Order: sequence, then structure tokens, then C-alpha cells
Amino acid sequence: MKSGKPRRLDAEATRSLRKEFLEHVKELPDGEKVMECIQCGTCSATCPSASRMDYSPRAIVAALRAGDLEHVLESDSVWLCASCYGCTVRCPAGIPFTDMMYELKRLAMARGLLPRARQASVMAGTFAETVNRLGRNNEVALIRKYYLRTNPFAAMGQMGFALRMMKRGRLELSSHRIKGIEGLVKMLSTVEQEGAK
Amino acid sequence: MRRYGYFPGCSLMVTNRAYSISATRVARELGVELAEVSDWNCCGATAYLALSEAKAFVMSARNLALAEAEGHDTLVAACSGCYVVLRKTGKYLDEKPAVRSRVTKALAAGDMTYNRTVKVRHLLDVLVNDCGEEGVRARVKKPLEGLKVAAYYGCQVGRPFGEADDPEFPVTMDRLMGWLGATTVDFPVRAACCGGLTMTTEPDLGMEMTGRILRVARERGADCIATACPLCQINLEAYQDKIGRKLGTDLRMPVVYFTQLMGRAFGLSSQEVMAQDSLTDVSAVLA
Amino acid sequence: MSTNERIGVYICHCGSNIAQTVDCGALTEYAKTLPGVVVAKEYKYMCSDPGQDLIKKDVAENKLTRVVVSSCSPLMHEETFRTAVEDAGLNRFLFQMSNIREQVSWVHKDKVKATEKAKKLLRAAANRVLHQRPLERREVPVMPEVVVVGGGIAGIEAALRLADAGKKVHLVEKEPTIGGHMARFDKTFPTLDCAACILTPKMVSVGQHPNINLMVCSEVEEVSGYTGNFKVKVRKKATCVDNEKCVGCGVCWEKCPAKKISSEFEEGLANRTAIYIPFPQAVPKRPVIDRDNCIYFKTGKCKVCEKFCDRKAIDFEQKDEVVELTVGAVIAATGFETLDPRELPRYGYGRFDNVLSPLEFERMTNASGPTAGKVLLKDGTAPKSVAILHCIGSRDEKHLKHCSRVCCMYSLKFAHLVEEKTHAEITNFYIDIRAFGKGYEEFYHRLLKEGVTFVRGKAAEVTDVVEAPEEQGKLVVVAEDTLLGKVRRVPVDMVVLSTGLRARSDAGHMAHVLGISRSADGFFLERHPKLGPVDTPTEGIYLAGACQGPKDIPDSVAQGAAAAACALSLIVRGRVVLEPVTAEIDEKKCAGCKLCIANCPYSAIEYDEGKKVSVVIEALCKGCGTCVATCPSGAARQKNFEDAQISSEIVGILASM
Repeated sequence: MKSGKPRRLDAEATRSLRKEFLEHVKELPDGEKVMECIQCGTCSATCPSASRMDYSPRAIVAALRAGDLEHVLESDSVWLCASCYGCTVRCPAGIPFTDMMYELKRLAMARGLLPRARQASVMAGTFAETVNRLGRNNEVALIRKYYLRTNPFAAMGQMGFALRMMKRGRLELSSHRIKGIEGLVKMLSTVEQEGAK
Repeated sequence: MRRYGYFPGCSLMVTNRAYSISATRVARELGVELAEVSDWNCCGATAYLALSEAKAFVMSARNLALAEAEGHDTLVAACSGCYVVLRKTGKYLDEKPAVRSRVTKALAAGDMTYNRTVKVRHLLDVLVNDCGEEGVRARVKKPLEGLKVAAYYGCQVGRPFGEADDPEFPVTMDRLMGWLGATTVDFPVRAACCGGLTMTTEPDLGMEMTGRILRVARERGADCIATACPLCQINLEAYQDKIGRKLGTDLRMPVVYFTQLMGRAFGLSSQEVMAQDSLTDVSAVLA
Repeated sequence: MSTNERIGVYICHCGSNIAQTVDCGALTEYAKTLPGVVVAKEYKYMCSDPGQDLIKKDVAENKLTRVVVSSCSPLMHEETFRTAVEDAGLNRFLFQMSNIREQVSWVHKDKVKATEKAKKLLRAAANRVLHQRPLERREVPVMPEVVVVGGGIAGIEAALRLADAGKKVHLVEKEPTIGGHMARFDKTFPTLDCAACILTPKMVSVGQHPNINLMVCSEVEEVSGYTGNFKVKVRKKATCVDNEKCVGCGVCWEKCPAKKISSEFEEGLANRTAIYIPFPQAVPKRPVIDRDNCIYFKTGKCKVCEKFCDRKAIDFEQKDEVVELTVGAVIAATGFETLDPRELPRYGYGRFDNVLSPLEFERMTNASGPTAGKVLLKDGTAPKSVAILHCIGSRDEKHLKHCSRVCCMYSLKFAHLVEEKTHAEITNFYIDIRAFGKGYEEFYHRLLKEGVTFVRGKAAEVTDVVEAPEEQGKLVVVAEDTLLGKVRRVPVDMVVLSTGLRARSDAGHMAHVLGISRSADGFFLERHPKLGPVDTPTEGIYLAGACQGPKDIPDSVAQGAAAAACALSLIVRGRVVLEPVTAEIDEKKCAGCKLCIANCPYSAIEYDEGKKVSVVIEALCKGCGTCVATCPSGAARQKNFEDAQISSEIVGILASM
């Protein structure tokens, strides 16, 4: 049973985590429907990643109700979501689960609740860096940095793939920077100054 | 000539140029111009959404604003990932005043405005539903007779909103393949997730998801898998041997873009539909 | 504004319903400042006898001429207070009510703002009451007959109760037989009596009852009039069989050469002929010709049935007939539909042979059904494992938001029948087991004892994608066992989808014809969810059975009997009092343009050729106000909704405090 895990957050911090999450989720279209979950499990049985999650989508709502979001955020669960929207489409209560997963990812990063530094969070960070610099993604740059930051040895496993791509001219070796990058950077920093999530 | 704003997305520039090039060519055959929006930026994408929803919306909104400024009422996305983020941004801008004011303010910082007049649609939807059965059939010069296709839609082409087709059991591509003279196999995993970025971040999980799709396509007797998204395409074509070794089974299977099949049926050469870019042996399919 | 009128204002606390959100003391003080108000009082329950006595006493002692009550919705207690005012010696229309419960205390939280709103509503009522005029009500006789629309178990029960009381009943049924859904069931939960054994005697009684005029293949097209005096137009569709001559011998349907027509009664699992009775115990036992599939109607040649009918009962030239009935009351018992499982492609209905709808399963287990009661797979063998999927489409905001109430229990019944007939392994996938009725929980326990498995989790999909050797050739149900927190894949041979109950697709049309409303779920709306579950807001029209909401057999029968009692209490009374809220036309202002005549939905306006003006026929006028809005010269006036009355009320709401 997972209930034995110690909590790092005190009661007040636990409450505020729950409150912040709910406030953000209720800003999403249909986000308030998370309150109406009937724990039917359709989401978990639909989720292609659920078998590897400590907290399946349904269990995340159960944990939210039990005041146990902290353990959810510390677990792998939300980082395993592949954004396929299967749960969102099927949920009989109309809960936008996928959007809720994004919210949890943002919350985990903002609160630093990432003890095991999941690869997906590194991926997100690396991706954003590339895009902020160029205005577009460059897959070669992205993957190179990603492996350097997570597991340089794993990159070796990708050599065969890279070679095959190179032979066909499918590796984007030079980076394209959009003309309007300055404007885009201004836009993004405006959002940042607003303190929006 | 019908004209649409076109958003190829980063991944179609080099890595998956075969999709964009074949799409533009078959569109032209159908009397459709896919006019690339100039100086577009990254859509915001799945990975960026996880970091900052507000920034992802601003990035998408800049693209919508560019399309609007160029006079388009429709922006066609070829990549399902871009499609979802652009579409979602449009929806949030329409429905959530808080998002709208935040995005408007950010756009203004870069001297741009957006009046919410652009509708985002997927390439598959546009080519099938706007060109229609008659329009497509009229262009077919070399029907794909005898070809058994596993029409694979992936998850994000119709989800979560499911406007153009059923979000769980889409049939648009199956109809199209019929018009091209091919048949489609019974393919229950048609809208299953390919694994997306988990192929890189959680390889075991990604391979499980991709492996299932390849396996079912073989079980159902398909000659090839047709895709409508660059991420699906690369996941399905790049790791067949690796996953096959892991599962102890042969998973080799040609994987092509649906636009490449259209091109061949319309009489374009295999070079013209960029068959040479394929990582799988597509000689029997695109020859 | 000065006035000679003396108004009494009464503020109700409704226990704490109003008082906890509205400052009733402040509201009372405010009332005293309004023009014409000489008395203002607050009381815990104005609808109680002491509350009403307050009004009566003040009318006498303070010489009140008008009365205002601020309390609940007029739907609840307008009649109560009007009667109190009348008992006190005033005309009952010199009264106005403001609703500070449903429109204020129940929908607001902020006491200060709620009190301000209550003040405005009160001021509106006090303004308006000054413009109220005395009106006289009139009494009319009640027609003694009743029409029951729908011949399922609820309609049958209502019709028999009324007929047994000696009243003439017209039972109108759309299909060629009465019996409804129940006639298609095999067993009934929780007692497992055979549906046919308990239903067919009632059907036969209907067919033979001297007080029941049974009309099958018939539809109500129009209802006009008012409580006690409805005119109901019924279209009897041509069946091409003269039911007076026919004796139901069966030669025609035996000889009919068009034999491959999918049977609606058997859910397409068996065929019927073009001239047919839906099932052997049909009432009336008279065949009908299905013109769409009849060889004669399609090709102009055949008439085999006519040749073999020695009673000469076949009439290919028969036309629809429209009958007009005059009745005192109408009972709607139009039933329900089951959700089409094709709406949820994830469960594979229509793609996989052995995924069944509940009605298909009912026919399959029925001894007189297409498999003679055997539970069989498409290949003719018995299933070794069966999954029953609860809540398909129900409790789902994308399909049916409501709980369909009967599916848990019919699923348990199915599980029992499968276990009894095949000894297959049975797995139920459920969200909650709702076994709320008498003997239902006990039935659930019986199933648990029988070894049926229950998995607490809604099935997410049914697939034929094989992930393990034991799944080969099976249908795999995927669900999370939420009690274990594990996703399970359960391979089975057969899947039954327990789909929910929904309002009939023609419910909107019927509601329009009957002049009644529907609730958000599409079912017909009752007058009050607790205290008026059989009445509708339209006097004289009552509801029975699942047309009002999903219901099982006992509840449908109970409501059928209750609707009969309601109709009886109306027609036995013999007379009804009509509200005088009708239109009138001022003949001095009328220009004779006849626009009102063209627009009146009830044909209640005539043209007086002598005076060259339009005249309202009071008995037909329903007080809808269309003529008032239409009249270009302002000659048409609606009693109790006069311009001065309405605008004074609006001013009361809009003017600043």
C-alpha cells in the first residue's frame, strides 16, 4: 500500500497545494468537472500508460480528494501521460483529464516536486529552450541536448537511427531562426512578467 | 483553385519533409493550394504545454494571427500535434476571456493582433471532406488495386474535440483509401496512441505502444500502414527492428503517409512522393 | 403615488428556507414604506392555518382592499392565498404574490444582496396589486371519458382501472398490439416471474373490456380544449384489414410469400411476413399489412392473403381514418426508448457478432423467442463466459446524464438467466449497484451467492486485439478494477451491453401535441418532483410510466394506477372551475382587421359580421396572449395581464431603491 509513504509537506502546505491545483484546473474549459468524478475507472482502463503509473488518472482524483497530491507529483505518473486524449474523450463526467495532466506537470515543476527528475520534464525544458532561441524546434539540437542531460550513453543506442536518417538527408543540421524572433521573445516575456502559468 | 493557409510545423521541414512535399503536390492535383504562412513559429506543442500553457497559447496565437493577416479563414495543419495545440488555442481564446486578454496583451508586445477569425483544420479532413469523393476519384490514374492498407489515424487527429470524425473510431482515411482503389483492413487500433514522445523519454513504454500497432497491422494482413502525423510516422518506421527484437517477432511493415498513397494513385512518380526518404522498404507500395 | 387602496403585505420565513438568506425583518419594515401599504407582517409559515388567519383578520380589522404575500413560487401556494383572500371577503384576484424563495433565497448566498432583490420583487408586487381588477371564475361540466395514450404496462393499468370504475376509456396505441416493452421480456426482476404470464391476462382484459375502446396503429395528432373538455384527434392508420370481419385465424400470414422481413418485435433476430401479427399473444389478434414490404404494394401483383381470407377481411383500399374524441382527461403513457449502442463504438456493437443489446438478449432468453430461450453465440454454440457491462450510455454527460434506474437490476436478471441456462462464467462490470427496490438488494445477494463475479469498474472498451494466448478468438473487456487499482482484461465469448433508457425520439413532438413540457433529460415534466409526480402543469393531463423518467415495472404500474385515480377524481367531480385569465376585445377600439383570428392558436376568436369586430369565445380561449401582442389597435386585452399591471410590476423592479 502506498499510504505508508512519509509526507514532506505539512498540513497547511498540503491544503495550499490542493487549493492551487483546483484553482488552476477550474480555469480550464470544463475543468470544474473534476469535482464530479464518479471513480468509474474508464480513464485508467483507456490510458495506454496506466500500467506503469503509480497513480492512474482515476487514482489521481482519488488522491486529490484524500489530500495526497504531493505523492502524485513526486511519482512518475503524470510524466507518463502521452497526451493521447483517450481519457478525455471517454470520461463520462466530462473531465478534461489530459489538460489536467498538463496542469499537474506544471505544478510539479513550479514546486520542484521532481525527486527522480523524470526524463519527460527534461524533455519539456530542453524543447522550450530550443524554441525560445529559434522560434522553431530543431530535432537534432533537441535530441542531442536531451541525451547529454539525461543519459549520454543512451544516445549511443540512437546512432544507428541517426545514420539511417543522415543517409536520407533527413537530419536538420543547420538551425533555422524565424525572422520575427525578436517579437516572439517580447511576447513570451510579457507572459512571464504577468506571472501566468 | 481553393486556397488555404498552411502550417507545416517544424518536423515537416527536414525530418519529415516527405509528408509536406507529397501533401503540397497532391493538393495541387486536387486544385487546392496549401499556402505556407510566412515566418510561422513552433505551435507550442505537447512538450511546451507541460512547461507553460500561457506561453504555448501565445506561440499558437502568433501563428493564427499570421494566417489571419494573410487573409486566410482556415489554417491547415498537417501534423496532428500542431493541429491539437492550434485548435485548442482557438477554442480557449473563444471560450476563456482570461486567456484571451492575456494572449492579446502578449501579441501586442510584438505588434500583432488576432481577431479570432481563423478555423484550424487537419490536412486529412480538408483533403477528404472538401475535395470529396468525386473530386478525388476524378484524379485517380493508377488505382491502388489489391493494396490492403491499415489506415492509422493516431490519437490527436480527432481528439479531444472530434469535429471532423468520430474521436474513437474515425473512418475518414478508410473512405479515402476506397476512393483510391485500395481496401482497408479491420484495424481496431486505428486511433491508438503511437507513444508520442515517450519513445524518447520512456522507451519501454513507447515501444510497447508502437509495437502493438505494428503487430496488429501484420495480424490483420495489411500491406502497409498509412499515417497522418509525422510523429506517428517516425515512431512506426524507425524502430521496427528494435521492437521486433525485443518482442521476439518480425514487425517489419512499410509505413507511408496517406498523401504519398494519394500521389501514387494520382500518377505521381515515387520520387515525386519522396519514397526515397522512407526508413522502411516501401518499394512494393510506392513503386 | 397616492391611493385610496389599503394593502396588507405578508412576508413568509418558510421555516428557515427564506429567513436564512433574506432579512425578513428589514423586508417587513421596507414594505411599510410602500404606497398604500397599511399593514406589513412577517410570519414563519404563511401557508399554515394561523398564517392565513393573519390575512383574514387584517382584512376585517384593518379594512384591507388588496393583499400581497412574499413567499414561495405561485405554483406552490397562489391558490392557497387566493382562497384565503376570498374567504376574507375580497375578490381572489385582488392579490399578488412575489417569489422570494425559488427566485431569491434558494439561488443566492449573500444576505445583503438577496434582501435587496427581495425588496425589489416585493415593490413590484405591491405596485402591481394596485392595478389588479376583480374577476369572476366560471364553472363548466366535465366530459366523463378519458383517453390513454400508449398501451404499455402503465397505459394498460391506467385504462383497466378507469374502465373497472365504469368510465369509458379510449386506449391509443401506435403499434399493431398493446403490451409495450414488457411483452418482449422473458423474466421480471427480482421475483423472476414470467413477463408474459403476468402481462397477457391484462392485455386480454383490455381487449375484452366493454368500457375500453382500443385503437391500435393509431396516433394522437392534436389535443385542444382545456381540463374537463379536451378534443383529441386520433389518426387510425390503414392496416388493410377489416378488424370487424377478421377473426385472427392466421391463414393470411401463413400464406404470405414475403417472409424475409426483419421482425421489429424480435429485434431483427427473426423474420416476419408482410401481413403479420407482432407475436402470438398480440392484442388485438388482428394482422396488419406492412405496406413498405408488401409485394402487392411494391409491384401491383400478389394479393395472396386476399385469396385465402374466407372472411373477406382484406381491404387494400383502406384509408387512414381520423377520429375526434371528447374527453375530460388525458393520460400520457408513451414509454421510452433504449439507447442505441452504436452511439458508443468502443463497445463494438455492430462490429462484433456476439455483442448484444439488452432487448436482443431479452428476446434470446425468451422461450417464445428466436432461439426458443437458448443463450447462443452466433455460431450456434453456448457461451462459456459472458460479460455484462452496466451503465452503457447512462450516467454519462455525453450521452444520458441520468441513472436509468433499471439497468442494474436487469443486468442482475441477465446474469442469473445466463448462469441458469449455460453455467457460463459471468462477469458484471459496474460503477455502483443500485438495488433500491423491494427485494432488490436480496436479489443482488442471491447473485453473489450464485458465484457471479462483480468487477467494480466501468468497461472502457471491448476489443478483439489479442494480448495474451487466452484472448485468442475471444472478445476482451478492458476495465479498471477500481477496488484493486489494476486494469483488467477479461476474455469472454459474449458481451451484453446494459444500455440506458432515454426519452422517445418523438417525445418533443408529443409534448407539443399534448401541450406539456419536458425536463432537461427529455422526459415529460411532472408538476412537482415530490408532490405532483403524476400531474403535469397542464390541468387534466396526467403522466404514467417511463415517459416521465426511467421506471421499472412496479413503479410504472403504480403510476398508471395513480394516473387513473387522478383522472377519476377530475371526472367524478363533474364540474371544473376555469380561471378567467382569458382575452377580451374592446369592440370600440377593434378595427376588424382579423389579424388576431389568423394568429389565434386555439381558433378562439370569431368575427362578428354585424358589428364588424372580432369576438373572443371565452370557453376556447387559453389566455396565451398571442392576440394581445398581434392587435395593432390595442383592442385585445388579456385579463389579469393588462398593460398597466405588467408595466407597474416592471417599474417596481427597475426603479432605483
